[in-house]
Order: sequence, then structure tokens, then C-alpha cells
Amino acid sequence: MANVDIFQVRTHEAPLLPAPVSTTGAIGWMRQNLFSSVGNTLLTFFGMYLAYSIIMPFIQFAFIDAIWTGDNREACLATDPNTHAGACWAYVKAYLPQFIYGRYPEMERYRVDIVYAMFVLLLVPLLMPSAPQKTLNAILFLVVFPIVAYFLLTGLEIGDFVVFPIVETAQWGGLLVTLVIAVTGIVASLPLGIALALGRRSQMPIIKLVSIIFIEFWRGVPLITVLFMSSVMLPLFLPEGVTFDKLLRVLIGVTLFSSAYMAEVVRGGLQAIPKGQYEGAMALGLRFWPMMYLIILPQALKLVIPGIVNTFIGLFKDTTLVLIVGMFDLLGQIQSSFSDPNWSTPTQGHTGYLFAAIVFFVFCFGMSRYSIFMENKLHTGHKR
Amino acid sequence: MSDTADAPPRASLLNDPKARGLFYQGLLIAILVAVGYFIVTNTIANLERQNISSGWGFLENTAGFGIIQALVPYAETSSYGRAIYVGFLNTLLVAAIGIFIATILGFVMGIARLSNNWVINRIAYWYVEFIRNVPLLLQIFFWYFAVLRAVPDKRSKWSLFDTFHLNIAGLRGPAPIYEPGSEVIGWALVIGLIATFVIKRWAKIRQDATGQQFPMFWTGLGLIVGLPVLAFFVMGGPISLEYPVFNETGPMLRRGFELGTGFNLIPEFLALTLALSIYTAAFIAEIVRAGIQAVAHGQTEAANALGLRKGPTLRLVIIPQAMRVIIPPLTSQYLNLTKNSSLAVAIAFPDLVSVGGTVLNQTGQAVEIIAIWMMVYLSLSLLTSMFMNWYNQRMALVER
Repeated sequence: MANVDIFQVRTHEAPLLPAPVSTTGAIGWMRQNLFSSVGNTLLTFFGMYLAYSIIMPFIQFAFIDAIWTGDNREACLATDPNTHAGACWAYVKAYLPQFIYGRYPEMERYRVDIVYAMFVLLLVPLLMPSAPQKTLNAILFLVVFPIVAYFLLTGLEIGDFVVFPIVETAQWGGLLVTLVIAVTGIVASLPLGIALALGRRSQMPIIKLVSIIFIEFWRGVPLITVLFMSSVMLPLFLPEGVTFDKLLRVLIGVTLFSSAYMAEVVRGGLQAIPKGQYEGAMALGLRFWPMMYLIILPQALKLVIPGIVNTFIGLFKDTTLVLIVGMFDLLGQIQSSFSDPNWSTPTQGHTGYLFAAIVFFVFCFGMSRYSIFMENKLHTGHKR
Repeated sequence: MSDTADAPPRASLLNDPKARGLFYQGLLIAILVAVGYFIVTNTIANLERQNISSGWGFLENTAGFGIIQALVPYAETSSYGRAIYVGFLNTLLVAAIGIFIATILGFVMGIARLSNNWVINRIAYWYVEFIRNVPLLLQIFFWYFAVLRAVPDKRSKWSLFDTFHLNIAGLRGPAPIYEPGSEVIGWALVIGLIATFVIKRWAKIRQDATGQQFPMFWTGLGLIVGLPVLAFFVMGGPISLEYPVFNETGPMLRRGFELGTGFNLIPEFLALTLALSIYTAAFIAEIVRAGIQAVAHGQTEAANALGLRKGPTLRLVIIPQAMRVIIPPLTSQYLNLTKNSSLAVAIAFPDLVSVGGTVLNQTGQAVEIIAIWMMVYLSLSLLTSMFMNWYNQRMALVER
């Protein structure tokens, strides 16, 4: 009892002390992520220098020195002949209609606008997993929309009665051609790709062999040779007098090419379906096609949505290649605008390419984000 | 569907899977033959009508056009076949150099993507995202028309260390001149490589038997680098550098680099190789990142538990397992790079497709030219997939 005042017995919990300043908040984060060791600190400064030397000239060019308004090249010339002016956005503004519609007649451009609007209105709900009426939406998008878009874009004349005046595809250009080739290519290659994927997994040796040869052939050659082939050799394959529209020839080449890639994507999905699903379907007495479209394909296609989106991104970027066979997609239209003496300045090329890069980046980056979103949504098991 | 052994077959021929299979395959063959016949007859008729001869005879004819970069002797009087061969070699050159640069850049960026350092990590992330989402053709145009056209004209230059010079005619640098005796250096390199290989096998056998390690890295470095350097000095320096001659004065037309001095990389080649390697490196970076992340964390922990340090952990445990995941997609990226090198035609670099296109325009023999293209690219891709199958078999996990 005598020692009782030596011990101190706490009657309540000691207050929690805050964590050391150096381990929390911004300072802690920086210590951990930027300056954890000498080497790391050096790396950080090197990285910051690198980023600075890339980003600063870019901002200087694209915003600070940029010329936003003007009617011709005079506006975009540097005031001091020894320096370069910034981006000539006035030129992009003047050429924007060409970049979007090509040489589509000005009076008829509303038709393209309608197609763009329909495309967005039908595609967005289709991409949103929570939106209702998926089947109706898919039918509208995959069947009705292409037919309507075809007549809107090319024109419709019944006898002497002109609903929409005909616009030759040679007059199409810019983003319109890019989107037409990419979307048609992907939509048309989907059924072909599914058929090829099923053929490659078929038990019938000849069908399997033919599918394999077809797929490996198209995957083995560069798209540019395919485009040359469709523009040079396709006319040779047809009887005398039968000619194809140039855009259609390119579309055929692109579709065959991307259907091979699509087939491999779909095959990946088919392989991921457990054997029990096939056996279950057969036990129910389903034949091959009902088994496929009722049981297997709905599951397999859902699995490969990210893969399909990735194929689409690749195709979307590859549409630029059509400028080599003399068509004017977005890049081709921009490239051809450089020959206009009215806007010819030292920075015209840089501005045009920057604009093209931004447009392609926005489209492709958006699609790749969507593909990651779907991947996370579909990837339900084995999450850590 | 199928019948049991004792029951007599009741199903009609219509429902017999075997008969149906035969029928469908027969149908497919019939359709293919019909389409093939249609195409062949039309093509022959069309070619006859356009007065285009067929066959491979044109390869012997004189080409009559110049090629700005040829690895083998070529002149305007050479044959079409020679021109296509020059184009093929240029394709291989671009592919080889592109693959080399893309691999290094891709691995650096892939590892940077896994860095704990936030700045490095973000730079690698945006590099990959930006480059992957912009079309390759646009990047080639950017390098060719926007960057390499903005450099000084023929009569001036930008210099790096006073050795490499850049102007509108391309990149110039010193060219090596081989004098007699220089072949000894090559032999020294070969001997060094063989000796390293032999010693490495011996060291492995010894380590397996006794556990003793051998300083293989330093030995190999000494043999592969040291031996040729030694040979260089023993032979009295038989390789010298020829620097490009730049005339700053004199008549206006003579100013600039003198022809045939030093080596010159034409801007088309530079733009194509740069764009291809930077583009492909972004894809390789993602493959490397995914491959390293695919090695389970338990492997690192187990290696640490065995007492391995950071270096050996990476070298002996992580990288061999990551490579198993990395190499198959990596080879397909190499193949993609090779196929993408055909975009050379857009900036008129004389590769297989570009030269072939010129020949096609001159002779009109579309079928033959396109067949050559397809054959070359298909055999390259066949070779690649054969390598991949071989590698997969070698590397497949052996499970009990």
C-alpha cells in the first residue's frame, strides 16, 4: 500500500496523437512518392524537367501564341520574321466544315447532320448497360439505321421524284468518310467474324481449314496492300462493264480485313464458354444454330465487348490509310487543305496535324475508357 | 442424334450429322470453286482486253526509275526484279532498326509505368495513352512534314557534338572506313561470343555440381568487348572514321555537305523509323507492364524468403516468368511493326510496297505485284508464328 503513488493508473484512454506531419497529407505523399531516396529524387527532377520541356512549348504553341481569329494567312504570320507564330486556329475554323463534311454540297449537309444525330442517339443508349430496350435498340441501330443512313447520305430518287438529290461518294470527305468506313467496317465484319470464328471451331475439317486460311491470310498482310488490292484488283475480278463505287471497294477491303481480326476476338469469347453450356444446350435438344444464338453467342459476345471495342479503335485509326488510295478521310482532307495558298503559313501543317491528333485522341481515348469500364463491369469474379 | 448400337438407325439421311457435314463441306467447296472460276475467267478476260501481259517476265525488264536509298547496287538501268529486291531489303532494314529501338523504349516505358515515382509513372502513362490513340500515319506525317521539314536547309545544319548533323537532306554522321586488317576485329568478336557461350555452359555445369559460382558477367564482358578492342589496337587501328565535309563558302550550289562523305540517313527513313518505333514502343510498354504484373507477388516474397537480393530476385525469379507472358504478344507487335512499315508509301520511302506500287503503275501487272506483296508479308508472318509455336512449346509450364 505504501507504493501506491509510484504507479499511475490511467482512468481513461490517452488521446490519439495525429500521425507525424511527414507521413500524411501532401508532404507525406511527396516523401513517399517523389523523394523516397536519392535516386528517386533525381528521377523526379528529371521527369519534371522532361514534362516541362514537352508541355511548355506545347502550351505556348497551342494557346499562348495561337491566333484564334482571322480571314486569311496574313493573320497567322509572325509579326517578327525571326520567330514562329503559334497555332493558326483561324485556319481550322475556316476549314472546319470541310473537315467534317468534305466536299458534300452545302445545301445537303443537314442530311449528314441528321445521320450524325441518329448515330449518337442510337449508340449512346446501346452502350449504356442500364438503358432499357436493348433488343429494340440493337435492331434500330444495326438494321434500320444503316438503311436510313444509306439513303440519307447517297440520296433517294424515285423515278423523277427527288426526295434527296443524289450526292456522289467522291464528294464525301473528312470525318464523314472516316466514320462511314469505320462504322460500316465494324458492323459488317461482326457477322462475318462470328461465322469465321464458328467455322474455325467447327468439327468439319474442310470448313475449319477454309476458315483458318481465310483468317490467317487477312491477318498476315498489311491493310495498305488490302486497300491497293481492293482498288486495283477488284475491278479485274468483275465481268466487263460492272464497276463499283470507289468507297464501296474500300469498304469491301476493310470489311474482309477486319472480319479476320473480329473472328479471332469472337473465338476468344467462344473458348471462354465452359463445355457444360454446350452440353446443357444439347441435352435440351437444341440444334446447332438455336444452341448458338440462344445459349452460346449471347454469353460469348458479352464477354468480348472490350475486344470488339479495341478492334474498332484499331480500325478507326486505320481508316486514315485510305488517303493513300486517293480518298479524303479526316487526315486526307487536312493534308489536302495544306495546298491552299490562302492559308499557307509555316505553322499551318503543325496546326492541322495537332487538330487531327486531338480529334483522333478524343475518339479513341473515349472508346478505350469505355472498353475498360465494360471490362471491369463484366469481370465479376476473382477480384482482388 | 446418334444411334445406339443395338437399335437400327431410324434417323433419315437428312438428320444424320455425318451426312449433313459432308453435304455442307461439299457445298462450301462447290461455292469456292465457282467463285474462283468466276474470278479467274473475268481476270483473264479483263487483262486481255486491257492488253496487259501476265506472267513474271516483266521482272527482267529495265526499271528506269531511281531509288533514293538502296542497300545493294542499283541503277535506273537495273531490272524491275532488282528494284523490288531493293525495296524488300529496305523493308527489312526499317523493320530491324524499328524493332531494336521499339524494344528498348518499350521496356523502359513499361518499367516506368510500374514505378513508384509518381512523376515517372504519369509520364509513361500519358506517353502510352497518347501515342496509342493517335493514328500511325498521322505520326509519320508529323515527323516527316512537321519536324524534319522544319530543320535548316541544305546550306546550313544543326550539329550535335560536332559529329552528327541534321538538315533538310537528312542526318549526317561519320562513316567507318575499313582498312586491311579490320576483318581480324570481326573474327575477335566471333571468337569472344563462342568462348563466352562455352564458358557459360561450363560454369553452369560446375555450379550444378559443386555450387560454386563463376563471375560470368565480367568474363563475358571481357571476352565480347575486350577482345575486339584488343584486336583493334594490336592491328594498329585499322578502322577510321570519315567525317562528312561541309562547305560553308564557295559557289552557292557547292555549299552544304559534299556528296559521298560520311553516312547519310534520308529524312524519309528517319521519319518512318522514328514514328514506327515510338508507336510500337507504346504497345510494347503495355505488354511489359502486364507481363511483370502477371507474376504473382508471392514469387517476390518467396525469393526474399530465400535470401535473394533485389537484383537476383529480378533476374532469376521475376524476369524469366514475366518473359513467358511477354514474348508471344511481343512477337506479334514485331510483326505489326513490319507490316506497318508498308506505310512508307505515304512519304515515298522506297520500301517493298512503295517500289512495288511504282512498278505496278509502270507495268500495270497488278496481279503479280500484289501476289509478291502478299507472299512476302505472309511468309514473314508464317515465320513469326512458327517461332512463337516453338517458343510456347519450349516455355510451356511443365506440370505434373
